[in-house]
Amino acid sequence: MSTTVVNTGTEGKTWGGGNKPLNASYGKMMMWFFIVSDALTFSGFLAAYGFSRFKFIDSWPIADEVFTHVPFFHGNYPMIYVAFMTFILIMSSVTMVLAVDAGHHLNKAKVTLYMFLTIIGGLIFVGSQAWEWATFIKGDFGAIQTKGGNILQFVDTEGQRVALGDFVVAEHKDRTAHERKNGLWFVSEGTLPTYTVEEVIHGLETHENVLVRTQLLDEHGHKTVLSREESLKQVKENGKLVVEGANLHVNEYGSPLFADFFFFITGFHGFHVFSGVIINIIIFFNVILGTYEKRKSYEMVEKVGLYWHFVDLVWVFVFTFFYLV
Amino acid sequence: MAHAHKLEIFRGLIKFKSNTQKIWGVLIFLTIVTAIEVILGIYKPEVLMGKVLGMKGLNWIFIILTIVKAYYITWDFMHMRDETKALQRMVVWTAVFLILYLIFILLEEGGYVFDVYKDGYVKRDF
Repeated sequence: MSTTVVNTGTEGKTWGGGNKPLNASYGKMMMWFFIVSDALTFSGFLAAYGFSRFKFIDSWPIADEVFTHVPFFHGNYPMIYVAFMTFILIMSSVTMVLAVDAGHHLNKAKVTLYMFLTIIGGLIFVGSQAWEWATFIKGDFGAIQTKGGNILQFVDTEGQRVALGDFVVAEHKDRTAHERKNGLWFVSEGTLPTYTVEEVIHGLETHENVLVRTQLLDEHGHKTVLSREESLKQVKENGKLVVEGANLHVNEYGSPLFADFFFFITGFHGFHVFSGVIINIIIFFNVILGTYEKRKSYEMVEKVGLYWHFVDLVWVFVFTFFYLV
Repeated sequence: MAHAHKLEIFRGLIKFKSNTQKIWGVLIFLTIVTAIEVILGIYKPEVLMGKVLGMKGLNWIFIILTIVKAYYITWDFMHMRDETKALQRMVVWTAVFLILYLIFILLEEGGYVFDVYKDGYVKRDF
């Protein structure tokens, strides 16, 4: 049987098979390709955000004025809390990469510790995001929405924001929120605003120092403040709805699209962080059980590490385009 | 498992002794960049508010710093530095070209819609 062909004579040549041109394992490579496709999804969202922003380039809300709160502290601290969240996420990225490094040295104790710290960092981040959402939904100053869907905010003569509660008095109302259980069945409405437009007009008339600030940005990038007469005229003629806080329909900070994109993009990112935490927990228990110890390879930690770093990477971009630019 | 890590960053300007040390070094660098971004974002220096190529100079700085951060996260935390050239290009160029196209088309159209509102007969300010 000396004529039987047992090999192709191309062993060791480029097309001889057994080649690994990318020199990466299947799992790792596929994680990279997943990351590329997910990156495209996120860039789709951020580019859509850019589209809406360019569409309303002269009236988009100023992020510095929207995200000014820090838990347990009163006052105006723009950016500080988001910067803290960014730092937490970068920090958890570091503990993750330290876990991967410890995995290369097959050091089970260290992998366990660093995975644990990564999970804690992820939980702090998700919690912070939940808090940020709650603050954003609650709102702080309140505003009037016009018939055209524009937002009128209130400032004093020095340009400081004035909350509706500071100059409007709520009177007794007979109107209550329509619930599913009474009135028209299975039809409900959201929470009613604390004040009515009439009460706001009345408050504005009796407070000489309150002015209306429109969405429009002047050439220096500040919002336009109307004169006293124009303020009264604008609210009386066009005021339609009192807005407190933000949801998918109305947004006291400016264009409703801003709130929509905020919920959608940070929500989608937060969901990634959440699922990352879940996957990290699964891997964490596998590490403790010694699955990878037996396998003599901690590559699984490396793969979830890639995903976790990607989540951090996306946040870097969300941070820039939502909060800074 | 690739045990051999490339340990120099900034094109060989800084070379670390171990992978762990490199991680902490990159963390310090990323923290400094984030701090610069936040400080610029809070104070918004007037000098940087001039328009460069149709966008505020400050925004260009933010975007460039973000890409710098993204590079170091991908290259050092995700160990892209240790992968083959082919894998690096496959991941990076695919994303870069598709994203650039997406950004171009959406921002261009967003600007067009803005002009329609501004110069056309669609009234929005009421």
